[in-house]
Amino acid sequence: MSLLSILGVISSAIFSGTSLLYTTLGETIDERAGIVNLGLEGVLLVSASVGFAVTSQTGNPYLGVLAATLAGGLMNLLLGFLVITRRANQLASGLAVMFFGFGLSALIGKPYVGARINGLPRFIMPGLSSIPALNSSQFKFDILIYLVVPIAILIWWLLFRTRWGLRLRAVGENANTAFAAGCSPQLIQYQALFLCGLLAGLGAAHLSIAWTMTWAEFMTAGRGFIAVALVIFSKWHPIRAIAGALLFGGAVAFQLLLQASGIAISPFLLDTLPYVLTVLVLIAWGGTRKHAAPASLGRVYQGTE
Amino acid sequence: MSQNIDTPFRTSLLISTMRVIVRYLIIFLVAFVLFGVILLIAGKDPVLAIKDTFSSTLRSAYGFSEVIVKMIPLIFAAIAVALPSRVGLINIGGEGQLYMGAWLATWGALTFSPLPPWILLPLMMLLGMIGGSLWAFIPAFLRARGLVNETITTLLMNYVAPSLVTFFIYGPWRSPGNALYPQTVDFVPAARLPTFWGTRVHLGLVIDLVLLVWYWYVMKYTRWGLEMRAIGGNPQAARRNGIPLTTYIIMVLCLGGALAGLAGMSEISGIHGRLRPGFSPGFGYLGFLISWLSGGNPIGILVMSFVMALVTSGGDILQINQGLPFAVVNILLAITLFVVLARPSFWKGMKA
Repeated sequence: MSLLSILGVISSAIFSGTSLLYTTLGETIDERAGIVNLGLEGVLLVSASVGFAVTSQTGNPYLGVLAATLAGGLMNLLLGFLVITRRANQLASGLAVMFFGFGLSALIGKPYVGARINGLPRFIMPGLSSIPALNSSQFKFDILIYLVVPIAILIWWLLFRTRWGLRLRAVGENANTAFAAGCSPQLIQYQALFLCGLLAGLGAAHLSIAWTMTWAEFMTAGRGFIAVALVIFSKWHPIRAIAGALLFGGAVAFQLLLQASGIAISPFLLDTLPYVLTVLVLIAWGGTRKHAAPASLGRVYQGTE
Repeated sequence: MSQNIDTPFRTSLLISTMRVIVRYLIIFLVAFVLFGVILLIAGKDPVLAIKDTFSSTLRSAYGFSEVIVKMIPLIFAAIAVALPSRVGLINIGGEGQLYMGAWLATWGALTFSPLPPWILLPLMMLLGMIGGSLWAFIPAFLRARGLVNETITTLLMNYVAPSLVTFFIYGPWRSPGNALYPQTVDFVPAARLPTFWGTRVHLGLVIDLVLLVWYWYVMKYTRWGLEMRAIGGNPQAARRNGIPLTTYIIMVLCLGGALAGLAGMSEISGIHGRLRPGFSPGFGYLGFLISWLSGGNPIGILVMSFVMALVTSGGDILQINQGLPFAVVNILLAITLFVVLARPSFWKGMKA
């Protein structure tokens, strides 16, 4: 196998892992604030379709990214209204948002099936262009890829080094105590959900505008759920989430490697690889993860009266 | 004398029934109005779309029978979720279990095709149940051992099962005659569930109703149901009273998987007559929502299954008459759920 094809596999691993890392970071914030967001799959789809539609209409991929991000935030606020203001069951509300996303994205994306867009421009990382092996078209990445690790660090800083992050985690551990300490759990949970939506929107934008540059119904293929699993894998920690996303990207790369090497394995069996791997990793992580979970994850904050 | 005692009871029953009916009418009214608004924004005629949905499903005997047809797998899938939920387990894996049930049942249909129907059909049902419960056994075992929560494993495995099924359809089981649409060969007539009244309504409906009664009876009148409710109420207390938690977790999840597998078997045997990729438009997920909306109540499951079947049938109509993607029906579904979840204040005090 030539160096070029190995680089190609690594490059597609990075492309595939990026959208997942954004989504995982978002879910980490949600779960740290005590909310399990199963609606991410729908949020991603809506963001991807909105971003693609705006890019296609305006011809400007940056506007598309912006639109996708805002769409993600708004979708998550919808979930917030159900689980925070109306105190509905989080799992059922998440699935309802997922179904809403399925339908809404199909409606938004329908005129754009098969449309072509100018994706986010790709460029080689400044300073690396002198290395000739990397100076191929495969190692050019878009801005969202370069930003994802700094954003992961930023989220870590927000969660663990700021007053806001402390409050957010307090809400996730025990909302009543946080309320007694003088912060509003509802407000913080809304902020967490909105931020998560923005991040998921970035991930979805990367998927439809930067990587595949197409729109297809159900194109996210369970990434929303894999993100939920990766949050558990990363023990609710943004930096460890990078490892999780790399793992998933690695699974996709392995899949491509097998295909490229000509081993006759059905593509349908290879498709199951990321999910099987995610389950296996969760099993391997098993016993130790319990202490890391926010204590009131999934519990509805009933308010203090 | 007895009349004096009976009257207030009857009145309150009447009032509570009326309340429930009014509540659901309001839910659907609000849902349809919101759905109409979204259609209007999308540039479609909402009145026509909604009129089409109703006239094609409720105003003809055939349309109505098609709603019943859709209802059959939904009831299976809903009980598959409701049963584990009594123990406090969340089975969102109905979709995957359904596919694996259909997969193993297809294996039976293809392998034992010379058998007479009265052996072959029960055998396929059994295989369908085994397929679904084996798929459910993995998350059940992991949960029982305290390794991974069943919610996320069942969800992830939903993405594995359809791919496995597609692999078999494209690979070993592919029908040589049909190059355009990948699918298995047609089942022999003996492998088809009997249908009634010249419609597509099949024997699955009878099994559904029997299962609903069985579910109600088990939950209400057996030691088994009592212990399950005890675990659901307080697992620690149940364990200290000598109820075998691990056994129950595995048994109940596998039973749920078996029922979802039966849904898959009844779909391919009763409706399609062959295995094809993507034969389920999310019956497993719908089953979760039905079970949740009905609170695990058997009558509620029946009613909500009918409503969800009506909505999904409407999706076919929207696709044909309005040129909308089938997935758009999910919006109507989701809005209905939003209205239920958000519990607007006009029925404050009524239990959701």
